[in-house]
Amino acid sequence: MTHEFPRMTGSAFAPDWFETMAVNASAAERRAATLTTRRTVKKEFQAAWLARAITCIDLTTLAGDDTAGRVQRLCAKARAPLRGDLMAALGLDQLTVGAVCVYPTMVSHAVRALEGSGIPVASVATGFPAGLTPLPLRLAEIRYAVEQGAAEIDIVITRELVLTGKWQALYDEIRQMREACGPAHMKAILATGDLKTLTNVYKASMVAMQAGSDFIKTSTGKEDVNATLPVSLTMVRALRDFRERTGQWVGFKPAGGLKTAKDAMNWLVLMKEEADVRWTMPDLFRIGASSMLGDIERQLEHYVTGRYSAANRHALA
Amino acid sequence: MKIKDIMQTMAYGPAPESSAEARDWIKTRSVIPHFIGGKFPAPEGETTEVYNPATDEVLTRVALGTEAEVDAAVKAARAALPKWTALAGHERATYLYALARHVQKRERFLAVLETLDNGKTIRETRDIDIPLVARHFYHHAGWAEMIESDFPGLSPVGVCGQIIPWNFPLLMLAWKVAPALAAGNTVVLKPADLTPLTAMAFAEICVEIGLPAGVVNIVQGDGATGAALAGHSDVNKLAFTGSTDVGRVLRRQLAGSGKRLSLELGGKSPFIVFEDADLDAAVEGVVDAIWFNQGEVCCAGSRILVQEGVAERFFAKLDARLQTLRVGDPLDKTMDMGAVVSRKQLARITALLAQGEAEGATLRRAPVILPETGAFCAPGYFSGTAPAHTVSQTEIFGPVATTLTFRTPDEAVTLANDTRYGLSASVWSENINRAIETAAAVKAGVVWINATNIFDAGAPFGGMRESGFGREGGRLGMLEYLTRPQIARKPRLEPSAPDIAPFTGKADRPAIDITAKLYIGGKQVRADGGQSYTVMGKNGAIGQAAMANRKDIRNAVEAAAKAGGWGGVTAHNRAQVLYFLAENLEQRRAEFVAALTAAGTPKPGDEVEAAIRRAFWAAAQADKFDGSVTATKSRHVTMTVNEPFGVMGIVAPDEAPLLGLLALILPAVAMGNRVVAVASQSHPLVGARLYQVLETSDVPAGVINLVTGERDVLAKTLAEHDEVAALWYCGSASGAAMVETASVGNLKPVWAETGVRDWQTPDPDLLRKATQGKTIWIPYGA
Repeated sequence: MTHEFPRMTGSAFAPDWFETMAVNASAAERRAATLTTRRTVKKEFQAAWLARAITCIDLTTLAGDDTAGRVQRLCAKARAPLRGDLMAALGLDQLTVGAVCVYPTMVSHAVRALEGSGIPVASVATGFPAGLTPLPLRLAEIRYAVEQGAAEIDIVITRELVLTGKWQALYDEIRQMREACGPAHMKAILATGDLKTLTNVYKASMVAMQAGSDFIKTSTGKEDVNATLPVSLTMVRALRDFRERTGQWVGFKPAGGLKTAKDAMNWLVLMKEEADVRWTMPDLFRIGASSMLGDIERQLEHYVTGRYSAANRHALA
Repeated sequence: MKIKDIMQTMAYGPAPESSAEARDWIKTRSVIPHFIGGKFPAPEGETTEVYNPATDEVLTRVALGTEAEVDAAVKAARAALPKWTALAGHERATYLYALARHVQKRERFLAVLETLDNGKTIRETRDIDIPLVARHFYHHAGWAEMIESDFPGLSPVGVCGQIIPWNFPLLMLAWKVAPALAAGNTVVLKPADLTPLTAMAFAEICVEIGLPAGVVNIVQGDGATGAALAGHSDVNKLAFTGSTDVGRVLRRQLAGSGKRLSLELGGKSPFIVFEDADLDAAVEGVVDAIWFNQGEVCCAGSRILVQEGVAERFFAKLDARLQTLRVGDPLDKTMDMGAVVSRKQLARITALLAQGEAEGATLRRAPVILPETGAFCAPGYFSGTAPAHTVSQTEIFGPVATTLTFRTPDEAVTLANDTRYGLSASVWSENINRAIETAAAVKAGVVWINATNIFDAGAPFGGMRESGFGREGGRLGMLEYLTRPQIARKPRLEPSAPDIAPFTGKADRPAIDITAKLYIGGKQVRADGGQSYTVMGKNGAIGQAAMANRKDIRNAVEAAAKAGGWGGVTAHNRAQVLYFLAENLEQRRAEFVAALTAAGTPKPGDEVEAAIRRAFWAAAQADKFDGSVTATKSRHVTMTVNEPFGVMGIVAPDEAPLLGLLALILPAVAMGNRVVAVASQSHPLVGARLYQVLETSDVPAGVINLVTGERDVLAKTLAEHDEVAALWYCGSASGAAMVETASVGNLKPVWAETGVRDWQTPDPDLLRKATQGKTIWIPYGA
C-alpha cells in the first residue's frame, strides 16, 4: 500500500469539536436512502467499480473454529480473489484484496501464507469483540499481534465510555492503544450497533480520530446491528470534518452486514459523494466482509459472459 | 475506457434509461388532442410544437383548445355530472382505485414520458412524481369511500375547471382530479401547453379503466384556453396552480361570478438554519429544496437564512456539496438535475440572475459542464444578497437561492416573513422548542422541520398571503370540492345612499341625544371626515351614525394589526372573553331589543337571544375547532393546525343588524383573528351600541373594531388593504364583484354572500373560513 500522505497523528483532545454536535437521524436516513437512488453505475464502469471494491475488501475470518488451514485457504483467496480468465477478460493483470483480517493467534499463519504478496495482515485485538478485558491485557494483546507480524490492528473501543459520555477517558484509552500499535495502522471499531444514536456515533468517531486512529470502523460484526448506510454516512461526515480541521486523512471501514455486490457499490457511492474519490481507494477505504467477494465474482462473470453465474464456479475462500 | 483506468477515476459513466417505448407512443400521436366526453376528437384550432427541453427536439404537436372546444368539454362534464354524483361513494372509490393501480402499472412509461416532456430527471419522475400520483389516487379512493360518513350534508360543487402548471405535470393533475372526482364532481382540466403528454396518457388510462365518459375532460392549450375555461359560465369552481400573476388575472376574471376559486401560486420560501442545526443535514436540505426539479418548485426553499455564528461553516459545506452535483441528460439515472422546462424559462432565469449580479450579489454555481443543446441551467446560490435585492423578492423559479444571515431567532422570523408570499418554510434546528416556535411564527401554509419538499396526499398543501388560498390534500383538500346544498335566497339589495345633510323630516328623537362614534383600537373615536349620516327607523329618523371614510379604515386596520397578541393567547382566554361578552349582552338585553325595535327588526327579542347564544357558541368553539394529525410517513408527525389570518375585514349584512354582525365577528375572533367590521349601513346604531358591550367585556383594544358608514366604500378600502388578510362581505351582487376585484392586491381570500340569510343557526363553515391550515412536518428519530 502506498501512502500519498503522512500517517495520522490525531490531535489533542478537543471536546469542542463534537460536544454540541447533534446528528439529525431522519435527515441522515433520507440522505442515505437517496444516495443510492441518485447514482448508479453500469456496464464496464460497474465492472471497474466492483474490481475496485475487491481491492478494498478486508477478507475476514473471525470465528471460534478458525484454524491454520482455514486461514491459509483464506489467504490463498486473498492473493487470487478473481479467476484468471475473468481477470484477463477485464484486462486486469494484478488484483488482490485489501488485507486479511484474523484473530491475534491466527496472525502468524496468515503472515506466512501471504509472504511476498504485499497483502497486509490485519488483526483484531483488545478483547474483541466486547473489549471488556483489563486495559493492560488489551494493550498487551495489541503488542502481541504486532509482534506476530500484523500490519494493521482493529481495536474495539469501550462502549461504556461513550454511553456515559466519558470522552476524555475514551481518548486516553485509544491513545494508549495507538501507541501500542507502533508502526501498525490502527482501525478503531466503534461498535455502532451498541452506541445506538447517530450523535454518539459522530462523537465517538471524532474522539477516535483525535486519539490517532488511522481508520474508523463501524462494527465488529458481532453486534445486533452492523454497518448501515446512515451510520456510515455519519462517520464519513465526521472524518470529513476532521480532515477540514486537521488536514489529516482518516480511513473508513464498514464491516458486518455487507454481503452483496450492490452493497459494495452503495458504499463506494457513499465514499465518492460524501468524502471524495480518493476515499474509494484501499488505503482509505476497506470493507470488512467474508461473503461479499463471492457475489462480486459472480457479477463480474456475468459482465464478462452475459450469463448469470453460480457460486460453484468460483474458488472458495 | 479501460476498466483499469476507470478503477482509478471511479467515474460513474452513462446510465441511460430507455425511452424507446415512450417515443414509440409519441410517434403515433402526431398531435396531442383533447379528451372530451370520453373521446379524442380531432382538434379544431391551431396546434403548437411540444419540445423535449433537454434536447431541443420537437416531440409532437399539441392542440390549442378553442372556446368551442372548451364549451364542448364543459358540456360533457355537465352531462356526466348527475350520474357521477349519484354514484355511491364506494363506486367512485373503485374508479379512483383503478386509476391508482393503472398509474402504478404504467409507472416506468409515465416517468419516462414526463422526463421527455418536462426535462426533469428520471430519478425524480420515477421516485417522486409518479409514486405520489398513485398515492394521491389511493388516498382519494379512500375519501370517496368515506364521503357519506365523513362529509354529511355536503354535496359536490359541480363542474370544476382546473388549470395546472408544467413543473409537475402529472402530479398536479392528480392533485386536482383525485379530490374532485372523490367528492363527486366532474372536471375539465387544462394542462400546460409545454407539458401535455402525461395528461394525454392519463386520459387514455381513464378510457382503459372505463371511467364514465365526461367525468374527466382534458382540453389542451395555452393561456387563452385557460381564460376560456375560467370564463365559462357553466363552470362552478376553478382550481388553479401557477404563477401569482396569472392568479391575479383569474381572480379578477372570476370576480362576481359566484364561482368557487382556489389558487396555489408562487412562493419565495425561507430556509432557516439555526446554529444548533445538523449542518450537513441542512446542506442536504438545500439540495432537496432549491436544486430539486431544477428549482422549478413553487415551495422551493429559495431564501436561505443562516445564523451568523455558523454561516461560514455552513457555506463552506454548501460549496463543497455544490461540487458534486451532476447536471445533464435527465434520462441518465445519475443526474441530480435535468433541463429547465423551456428555453424561454431559461432566458427568464438567466435575466434574473444577471440582475442579481448587477445589483451587487455574487453568484456561486456548481462547476458543471452543461450539455450543448437543451435548456440547462447550472445550480448555485447568491451570496451577498440583501432583502432589498430583486432576486430576494422575486421568484426565480430556477436552481438558485439567495442567502442571508441572521443574529437571533426573532430576526430569523422577521426576515422569513419579509415577503409577499407565504407558501412554505423549512426550519433546521435540533432544539425542538426553537423549531416549533419558528414553525408557529412563520407565515406559511406548509412548514417542514429538519426536512423540505416532503409531500403526501393526506397532508394539506397550500399557501398564505399572495401564495394563494385553498388547500390540496387531506380533509381540507376535500372540502375545496364540496359545498352545502344551495338554498334559493332573496338577493341582498343596495341600501339607500347615506344622507349627511341635516334631516328635517319626521324623527323619533331620544330624550338626550345619542352620539354614535366609531370604535377603533379600543377607543370611541369620531369619524375622520367629521360627518354623520341620518339613520332611519320604522317611523322616521332615529339618530345619526358616524360616517367613516378610508382613513378611518386605515386607522382601524392599523389598530387591529397592532393587536397581534390576540392570536397568541390561549383559546381558553378567548373563550372567557366571549362568554363575558355574552354575559354583558344579556345585561343589556332590553336596550338591544329596543334598538332593534326602533330599527324595525321583525323579531327583536329572538335576535338578541340568538346573539347571546352565538357568543356562547363561539366561546365554546374557541378551544374545540382543532386541527389534526395525519398519518403520512413513518416516524413523522404531520399536523395541520388552524391558524387565524390575522386582520380580517367583515362587512355585515343589513338584515339582522345585531345578529348578522355578531355572527360574523364572533367566530372570526374566537379563532384568533382581529377584525375591522363594518356594521349594517341601514341600521348602524345597533352596531354602534355594541362597542359599549365590548368595552366592558375585556376585549383587548384593537381586536374588534367597529365602523359605520357607506358599506361599499368601506368594503372597497378593506378589500384593497394589503394588511387585511381575509374579507367577508355580506352585501349586494355588484358589491361582491367589486370587493373580489379589489382583493387582487394581496390576493386575500374573499367570502362574499349576496343572498339574504337566516342567521338564527350558527354556521360551522365560518370557523373554517376564519382560519387557514398550516401543515407542519416533524420527522423524528434519535
